[in-house]
Amino acid sequence: MKLKLLGVFFVLFLLTLNLGCTAKEEAKAPSEGAAAQEAQASKEMPKLVLATTTSTYNSGLLEVLNTEFQKKYGVLVEVHAVGTGAAIRMARDGEVDVVLVHARGKEDKFLEDGYGINRRNVMYNDFIIVGPKSDPAGIRGMKSAAEAFKKIAKAQAKFVSRGDNSGTHAKEQTIWKLAGITPSGDWYEQTGQGMGKTLTIASEKQAYTLTDRGTFLAYKGKLDLEVLVEGPVKGGDPTLSNPYAVIAVNPKKYPDRNYELAMLYIGFLTSPEGQKLIAEYRKNGEQLFYPDALVDRENYNQYLPVTIHGLYDEQGEPYTGVTLPPKG
Amino acid sequence: MEYLVEGILRAVTLILTLDPYVISVAKVQIIVSTSAVILASATAVPIAVLFSFRNFPFKNFLLTLINTGMGLPPVVVGLVVFVFFMRRGPLGFLDLVYTREIMVIAQYLLAFPIILGVSIAAINAVPKSIRETAYTLGARDREVALVVIKEAAFGIITGILAGAGRVFAEVGAILTVGGNIAYDIATPEGIIHVSKTRTLSTAIPLETSQGDIAAAIAFGLILLTITFILNLLVSFLRRRASIEA
Repeated sequence: MKLKLLGVFFVLFLLTLNLGCTAKEEAKAPSEGAAAQEAQASKEMPKLVLATTTSTYNSGLLEVLNTEFQKKYGVLVEVHAVGTGAAIRMARDGEVDVVLVHARGKEDKFLEDGYGINRRNVMYNDFIIVGPKSDPAGIRGMKSAAEAFKKIAKAQAKFVSRGDNSGTHAKEQTIWKLAGITPSGDWYEQTGQGMGKTLTIASEKQAYTLTDRGTFLAYKGKLDLEVLVEGPVKGGDPTLSNPYAVIAVNPKKYPDRNYELAMLYIGFLTSPEGQKLIAEYRKNGEQLFYPDALVDRENYNQYLPVTIHGLYDEQGEPYTGVTLPPKG
Repeated sequence: MEYLVEGILRAVTLILTLDPYVISVAKVQIIVSTSAVILASATAVPIAVLFSFRNFPFKNFLLTLINTGMGLPPVVVGLVVFVFFMRRGPLGFLDLVYTREIMVIAQYLLAFPIILGVSIAAINAVPKSIRETAYTLGARDREVALVVIKEAAFGIITGILAGAGRVFAEVGAILTVGGNIAYDIATPEGIIHVSKTRTLSTAIPLETSQGDIAAAIAFGLILLTITFILNLLVSFLRRRASIEA
């Protein structure tokens, strides 16, 4: 019996060795071809560099938009899906042309500091609180995210946080602030990673987490988690709304960034065509994003820092307003 | 340039002031990787003795397997361990995913083949005459084995250090099975970040991507010191071994 088993392993081993060799040889030719093709493409095709959140990328929406953008204008979009905090930092360092992000407080700071320009609302969806079916903290169906967080903290039920300075992390911190709780202890774990990875960890640990609806729907099939507290898209807590905006990098700060292409991209996302692609995008039969760039009457709020229209920053504090540059 | 100097200075300050987050991350790395190496050594060395003292079918094939294992890609090892231990996996009931225990298991699998392979080579390199002399002096198998291990000690320790070098340097396996998790503790001085399954090697890409370059450099410096000491030990032993020979 043992000998037989070893024999089987031996054969498998030979097979893998063999496969490894042929795969290597075969892989060589096309990869060289692809590299040449890519080099050619990048030579001929202008390139726009975009930094964005993991949610737009993981959900697959960006691929649809960028493919269409490339077809229409012959511009290659290089995507860095890193989370809002990191995306804005890349833009501040002049490493990208345009950002697509979702954390209003961080966006306003970015604009005020002069690194970003021409912010436009693109679309929205919402955040939801997900957790295990057994729901140990008993938050199912609650109408207030802050109250739900209070219950989770009181029960010391496992909660997994992004902990990565992303838009979702910022929203989570706002809610903890609203709940009047500073989460600490080993029930509150931080992954420091993207939404997809964090959902996987929450599912494995049977823990609660705050997620954007888009990524959750995209990962739902692989997860052992349920929606427990709904956001505004399904008539839930309005504090869980999640608006996405596109912002160009200020060409005055970074003249070598591609401002024209950035504006072309902003124009495309907010055009009837771009908005239609967003509205029609489905994952597992569900709509993930709702366009909000096309309006009957101008929505001035999108151009103003949140203080002026009475909103609060990501930490739940009244926004401090515009800092004017020194005179002279 | 300023960026870099400032980052390094802040990194050194973090280490010298024993920053609780930095220390906890280093601690997790040392606990996990050292446990993996100790367990791997404790199992690999006896098996290495068995290999050079006994003949059995498929011995050469197994040797080839061990040599292949020495170069296993850490991410693949992490993936395989994860798949077995995930909630829906065959060993999911053990509830080990994203714990330090599973990180030890993954790193054990990385260290074991290296320590075994190098130990077998070291034991085989011990002159046959030593064994024969021991037998003629009336020693039993176990005593002869001990004599041979003693003779091959330098080689075996080199193997153990090589295994340690590998597990301290890898990111793929512990990131996949450990999840790179930290948590917060509220203290009178404020919130402290504490590592649960975050290690030096997994924290570096994380802090870099989040823009905390100083912390990343601090972790890099500690990791570099550890691997430097390991390599120093290896070359020291190699010199001693060549002198004795």
